[in-house]
Amino acid sequence: MDKKCGVYICTGCGIGKALDIERLSKLPGKDYNVEVCKTHEFCCGPEGVEQIKKDITGEGVNTIVVAGCSMRVNQDVFDFGPDKIVERVNLREQVVWCQEPAKEKTETEEEIREGVDLHIQFLAEDYLRMGIVRAQKSELPEPYMLESLSKRILVMGGGVTGLTAAVEAAKAGYDVTIAEKGPSLGGYAGKLRKQVAASHPYADLEEPIVQDIITAAQSNPKIELKTNTVVARIAGQPGEFTVTFKKPGEEIEFDVPQIVEQTHDEEGKELTKEQIDEIYAELNKGRADILTLDPDGQKFGAVVLATGWKPYDASEFANLGFGKYKNVITNAMMEEIAAKGNIVRPSDGKEAKSVVFIQNPKKGDDSDFPFGSSVTSLVALKQAKYVREDDSEAKAYIIYQHMRTPGLYENFYKNMQDDDGIFMTKGSVASIAEGADGNLLVEVEDNLIGETIKIDADMIVLAAGMVPTTKDDPVVNLAYRQGPGFRDIGLFDGYADSNFICFPYETQRTGIYAAGCVRQALTIGECIEDATGAALKAIQCIDSVNRGVSVHPRSGDMTFPDFFFSRCTQCKRCTEECPFGALDDDEKGTPKPNPARCRRCGTCMGACPERIIGFADYNIDMIGSMIKAIEVPTDDDYDPVPLRVVVLVCENDAYPAVDMAGMNGLKYSPMVRFIPVRCLGSVNTVWIKDALSSGLDGVLLLGCQYGDDYQCHFIKGSELCNRRMENVAETLKSLALESERVELQQVAINEYDKIPGIINKFMETIDEVGPNPFKGF
Amino acid sequence: MADEKSRPSVAGSILVVGGGISGLTTALEAAEVGYDVYLVEKNPYLGGRVAQMNKYFPKLCPPSCGLEINFKRIKNNRRIKFYTMSEVQSVSGTPGSYDVTITQNPRYVTSNCTACGDCVDACPVERESGFDFGMAKTKAIYRPHEMSFPMKYVIDGDVCKKDTCVECIKACNYRAIDLKMQPKTFDLKVGSVVIATGWEPYDATKLDKLGYGQCDNVITNMMMERLAAPNGPTKGKIERPSDNKEVSTVAFAQCAGSRDENHLPYCSYICCMASLKQATYIREQYPDAKIYIYYIDMRAPGERYEKFYKKIKDDKNVFFIKGKVAEIEEDPGTKDVTVMAENAMTGEKLRQKVDMAVLATGMQPTGANTKITGDITYDENGFVIADLEKGGIFASGCARQPSDVMGCTKNATGAALKAIQTLVRR
Repeated sequence: MDKKCGVYICTGCGIGKALDIERLSKLPGKDYNVEVCKTHEFCCGPEGVEQIKKDITGEGVNTIVVAGCSMRVNQDVFDFGPDKIVERVNLREQVVWCQEPAKEKTETEEEIREGVDLHIQFLAEDYLRMGIVRAQKSELPEPYMLESLSKRILVMGGGVTGLTAAVEAAKAGYDVTIAEKGPSLGGYAGKLRKQVAASHPYADLEEPIVQDIITAAQSNPKIELKTNTVVARIAGQPGEFTVTFKKPGEEIEFDVPQIVEQTHDEEGKELTKEQIDEIYAELNKGRADILTLDPDGQKFGAVVLATGWKPYDASEFANLGFGKYKNVITNAMMEEIAAKGNIVRPSDGKEAKSVVFIQNPKKGDDSDFPFGSSVTSLVALKQAKYVREDDSEAKAYIIYQHMRTPGLYENFYKNMQDDDGIFMTKGSVASIAEGADGNLLVEVEDNLIGETIKIDADMIVLAAGMVPTTKDDPVVNLAYRQGPGFRDIGLFDGYADSNFICFPYETQRTGIYAAGCVRQALTIGECIEDATGAALKAIQCIDSVNRGVSVHPRSGDMTFPDFFFSRCTQCKRCTEECPFGALDDDEKGTPKPNPARCRRCGTCMGACPERIIGFADYNIDMIGSMIKAIEVPTDDDYDPVPLRVVVLVCENDAYPAVDMAGMNGLKYSPMVRFIPVRCLGSVNTVWIKDALSSGLDGVLLLGCQYGDDYQCHFIKGSELCNRRMENVAETLKSLALESERVELQQVAINEYDKIPGIINKFMETIDEVGPNPFKGF
Repeated sequence: MADEKSRPSVAGSILVVGGGISGLTTALEAAEVGYDVYLVEKNPYLGGRVAQMNKYFPKLCPPSCGLEINFKRIKNNRRIKFYTMSEVQSVSGTPGSYDVTITQNPRYVTSNCTACGDCVDACPVERESGFDFGMAKTKAIYRPHEMSFPMKYVIDGDVCKKDTCVECIKACNYRAIDLKMQPKTFDLKVGSVVIATGWEPYDATKLDKLGYGQCDNVITNMMMERLAAPNGPTKGKIERPSDNKEVSTVAFAQCAGSRDENHLPYCSYICCMASLKQATYIREQYPDAKIYIYYIDMRAPGERYEKFYKKIKDDKNVFFIKGKVAEIEEDPGTKDVTVMAENAMTGEKLRQKVDMAVLATGMQPTGANTKITGDITYDENGFVIADLEKGGIFASGCARQPSDVMGCTKNATGAALKAIQTLVRR
């Protein structure tokens, strides 16, 4: 694109009062040969916008720099169409609203109109320089388009969640394949005697509804059903996943390669790369490499993972007699018995007329059984009802710590409370003893009655939890270099969960959407809703890939990382650090980008030591040039020399916090210049070097909280950046520069009140270490 | 669009009623598949109930983080058209073809507003901030909060002196104020409707024994969110309302209104987790403060919530008492409050004097008090019951049942697909 740049400086909102606009408006022409530079007192108003539009048609301006308010506001007002580049220079929130108005006169006062502060003017000028540079270095994006696109959705798991996802997606016009491991459809929901009502008023038991959904799936021509089928591997990327199916237990060439988890040998010595390669080769003998596409594989656009749960192994609860007494069973075993007919106990097939439901495994601890949930509370209530339905004389006892029937499920709890034959109490099981007839004597302490309760029970049912199938098995079997499963799944106890409360479907694997009990213990009603949401996400992913744009959180972004391969040194860092596993390297280590897996955070760009990765509107050269555009005062002109610090700031969270500090009139040092970055993960250490070698006195990085409860929308951005900065500290030392010059701070979006403190404290640190000795070189 | 032809033919657009986290989610998820969406919000800003909250449980992350992303998605998506200060009056028609009547109340501030704030200094009228539950004041012209989207000021028409004052008009350099603005009513044609009208905190004055409205230092859990928020009335410092004193003892009364046949018969889902979360707010600021939580059941279901509950239990300064608070009274001299309850396990009658009591008030669906005219079924409590067989009109988030945010966003995503199906079918 042949660029013609126009700069538009707004003087409204206090900008004109605080700055020497005349001086500022000369800068674009003087320093950057920009011919069109205009001011307006109300740039975002109708006339201000008209002025820009006139230049677009009259002067052929196609690259527009608006210096005024933050890029977070008036985006729609300054949208001049997809063929124009628009850059915003934040003179309002991050200059005039956060700086003290002019007070002191300074040395070069003659240059400055009366009443205008030098520091604030320099600040504005630097931002304008950076904005123009950014606009000059920015290119219009062209979308990444797949050569051929499959819109078919793969649903893994044929239980209530998988079936629902398939039926709902098909209703929206999409073709679906369900792969179910077992011989029949329906999963656990198909093995129930009854279910807790999945709809209003949630008060009763109802017939399992999964049969209706099976029928709907079977009769829908858009749905292909594969039973006795598992996924051997999923290769490629959204829009063109190549999936190999197999029979359960089969071993085939296209079984997914496993990764080497071992890092040290038996003697505790770290394994070399060669050793790891050797173990990898041995481990995956006979399996095709991840980059070898199965010629017989089936193509899919996106995947819904709905492989559900398995019952928790209760053998560890010997203290409650499980494994020791035949009539101590789990809730899953109880359901099996109930589905077959009357409630009979295992020891002698006698009908159980007195059943105790135990909700908590340990005395003195009010936690549920592992992987318990509201479902285990509801199931106890439901099964108590079975006992009562079969024989109105029979009794059920539920010993709980907390009856967890949240929301409208309270209606079911209340309904069960009305049954005199169901006795419930908070309490602790003190002892269980078996009588000669197989009966069990249960003693319950610390209960609501106030004295130890003794129950002569025919049977005991333990409220064992529901373990997600992904707990010990990758299940999705992704042919990805980072490995076949979800990364960091341990953080979520093995659930294929998202870490994001606002964005529950966003796993670390683009195009794979988990739903149902593989993601969280859910009731059938909740599974149905969850499945519907996951089906939408799968559809949305396919549609986004089809348009060549990114999905969440940069949804609609048309840019994607571009690699200059001839300079790649095969260091593999991009492959390893990508939070979404978007890159697969070949045997030489050259990365294969899979743009449809990519979320455009730029972590690869930050990781690359050769700096060969960039986006059309965001790259190493651009940010580096912006940093170099900052004017560095030297001690030839000033004593003491004013300091200059660049702050690389996460545009999603820290940048808005900085804006809000300005909106609240909080003041901080005028020596800092903010540059928004897509994510701290995209910060390449070369920018730090650029900053310090051009004489800036320090670099501050503002990013999201990391750790187990990370807030980074790109999973690990600030954490990765922090790790890189540790290496930078080493480099600084070798240059005889103080490591204090580079610092990373975590700040949440709502902590705008902390911004001045963080900045001023860093400036104090820099003040102490003194100006950068490389200034002026 | 590259593939317009291969998409199933669709007719009409989707109306989402309510711009809180559920409505936003439904609107965005549908728009990002390529459907046109109208989003109608009653408040002058989007974000709804969660915009008032300090942190989400169990991650303790700020809701504004997700809202910022969602607002960015709206800014980047031309398929969403939103109306603030607007309410849906009626919906008529059948799936695929609905006529919707919307009333937009006057903001008195036009799109010219740059949010510079000059008007605020000029405005002579003060009002209680509803956003801060009356714990702070704003001028009659105000910005709902720092992150409010759209970033435009608004005038409270009930208190503004209009033509007899006009100070704001004089102060505004951008001709952005129009005190003559009138409510306007307009119609939209849509193919499907998603109701995401959310919830209101249950009116705590109805819990007459619990002292809210009579004792200064009895507050609700939503007020606690504002007290703890950096952009709240105390800039995030938790202090009791009567004398701005730091707190050393705080009691939480769970099920304040919920699980109570005289008030809300259902469980409000979130209040247990919310109180656990709020305990962390207090404990973070006051290392010696003691917290008493009175509960019926601690509803922290599932691995994620149970883990969070465990973390709070490990804090030796947080005490859990099984028992419902029966009464709260105030010491007129010190303004301390005494919480009375019976320990359900021991039968002991407890009286605990504390600096402040927090009522864990539940959620009442907006539909309990404001119903949309049309073919919409509400249950006896005001929750929307969607007729999935018929389709066309769906509910998302807390409009349909009490839920945590994760539950709302999941369900809201599913509601987007249901709405889309209705359009595809035509």
